[in-house]
Amino acid sequence: MDGQAILARLVECFPGRILETHAFRGDHTAVVDLSAIAEVLRFCRDDPALGFEVLMDLTAVDYLKYPGREDGPRFEVVYHLYSLTHNHRLRLKVRVEEEDAVVSTAVPLWPVADWFEREVWDMFGIRFAGHPDLRRLLMYEEFQGHPLRKDYPVNKRQPLIGPKV
Amino acid sequence: MAERTTREIFLGEGSGTGSGSQHLYVNVGPQHPAMHGIIRIMAELDGETVVKADVEIGYLHRAFEKECEEGPYNNAIPYTDRLNYVSPLINNFGYASCVEKLLGIDITERCKYIRTIMSEISRICDHLTCVGASAMELGAFTVFLYMIKAREFLWELVEDVTGARLTISYARVGGVKADLPEGFALKVRKAFKETRQVLEEVHKLLTGNRIFIDRMVGVGVLSREETIAYSITGPLLRATGVAYDVRRAQPYYAYDRVEFEIPTGQSGDNYDRYLVRMAEMEQSMRIVEQALDQLPGGPINVDFAGKPIDPALYVDRGKLGKTEGLLLLPITLSPNLQGLEKPAHREVNVADKRVVLPPKEETYGSIEGLMNHFMLVMDGYGIRPPQGDAYFPVEGANGELGFYVVSDGSDRPYRVRCRPPCFPPLAALHRMIEGGMVADVVPTFGSVNMIGGELDR
Repeated sequence: MDGQAILARLVECFPGRILETHAFRGDHTAVVDLSAIAEVLRFCRDDPALGFEVLMDLTAVDYLKYPGREDGPRFEVVYHLYSLTHNHRLRLKVRVEEEDAVVSTAVPLWPVADWFEREVWDMFGIRFAGHPDLRRLLMYEEFQGHPLRKDYPVNKRQPLIGPKV
Repeated sequence: MAERTTREIFLGEGSGTGSGSQHLYVNVGPQHPAMHGIIRIMAELDGETVVKADVEIGYLHRAFEKECEEGPYNNAIPYTDRLNYVSPLINNFGYASCVEKLLGIDITERCKYIRTIMSEISRICDHLTCVGASAMELGAFTVFLYMIKAREFLWELVEDVTGARLTISYARVGGVKADLPEGFALKVRKAFKETRQVLEEVHKLLTGNRIFIDRMVGVGVLSREETIAYSITGPLLRATGVAYDVRRAQPYYAYDRVEFEIPTGQSGDNYDRYLVRMAEMEQSMRIVEQALDQLPGGPINVDFAGKPIDPALYVDRGKLGKTEGLLLLPITLSPNLQGLEKPAHREVNVADKRVVLPPKEETYGSIEGLMNHFMLVMDGYGIRPPQGDAYFPVEGANGELGFYVVSDGSDRPYRVRCRPPCFPPLAALHRMIEGGMVADVVPTFGSVNMIGGELDR
């Protein structure tokens, strides 16, 4: 199944829930409605024609300063899926507003999402509803802010946290 | 017959007397001498058995992804060196390829072969280090020394090509820094001969060794289903019998033109991972040998018409207006730029002026070349891919190494994401060590081959 056929199948099975699809440099992308992402991910994994068994990557992009996207939702959570049986790839995106940055979790589908989602929470401050243990992964608990946000200054310092005396 | 003696045993004396089973909490790490990185495993022990484990990865505070957003595209290349300290070339090429995909350009044939060769040499270095260090953690120190000896020969090759051993910064968007040096193929064959001898010796020392087998077989097992669910790739996935390899599944560079096998295991334990890595090194050498035979352009053996002159003289003559015939003169470059003369430059770099710095002859000898050079290094100009995003996976030494780059149309990457191959195995590490012995924590961790730099954001 080639990229176009995958996108066509998604659009057919989720009418109105796939907001937009495009292909750029051979990568096929579908933008999914926030409320449907868990459903779409489950479908991608379980549908035999798609068969995406592997959640290759889960990350986010902060579009705060991106030209031409000043009005749109601030964040995008990006899923890279890969199928071992069919050897094809798909990228899914969910757009998230800053005020209510909550996406439903993928942990019931792929256990690896546990760490990926903790990392996205840590770096971007996007929360995942239903995550079993959403705490920081890389930074320490007392760290303020989320470093990969575009409005987090690259030179900002944080107080040193030493051992408790 | 000696008379029996009796003694009263006090509560708490010895293990578990009187008070039932007690669980002991042990922190392994951070910065344990046998841990290759900053990592902490909080293990709950029942006797010597790990009942429960919580893994925490540290933070190197290098801020790779944040720093990439701060400079032009080529500025990120030195940062990608530091992602993985034993196979930095693969990370270099992965990032450069992702930007090339974003730009929609295709690199030259010779460059594809050079990247293939250097990636495979890096892979051997990585596996040598991983297997050697894991064996050392089990007490086989000789193996470690042998492996490091072999790695040294390969690092000399890397040094010949790139001018450095670890911080190589060899890739460029649109090509590589410089061509292969003279006599490279011969040196490779010599180094591989040594490496093969070492591998043979290590096979004799370890593969059938009773102690080694007892410590490795059935330890750190992760089932095939769980490995896939945890999106683990590379030797750990292949050790469970799944022959997934990016080089075969989605060939890039020259991998579709060389023959190689994908070694797989059966049970997904530490012993299978060891065997897969050992077999992969042999396959990598096979790939390099074939690629060297097919290398287009042959050895760099260009007859220059004129005598090479040094860059300062070049500039002086240009200033005096004596530009006639200047562009035809070859230039003498410093040793760390060797292989970047005009003829070699054309073979290893794409002919796209928007991306690649012109050869030094043109920079010094013509105003167009100079302008081209400046347009690429000035702030706000440089490489400017169109708006959009691209994901490019390569087969790193530990599995799929993916780069996801988002461009906003300016000369700086808007977002660079590295999908490190050792992140998913660490998410699953607690599943590998739970139920095992505490002494097996370190060897299992060694088989994962965690690289701190790649986990860093």
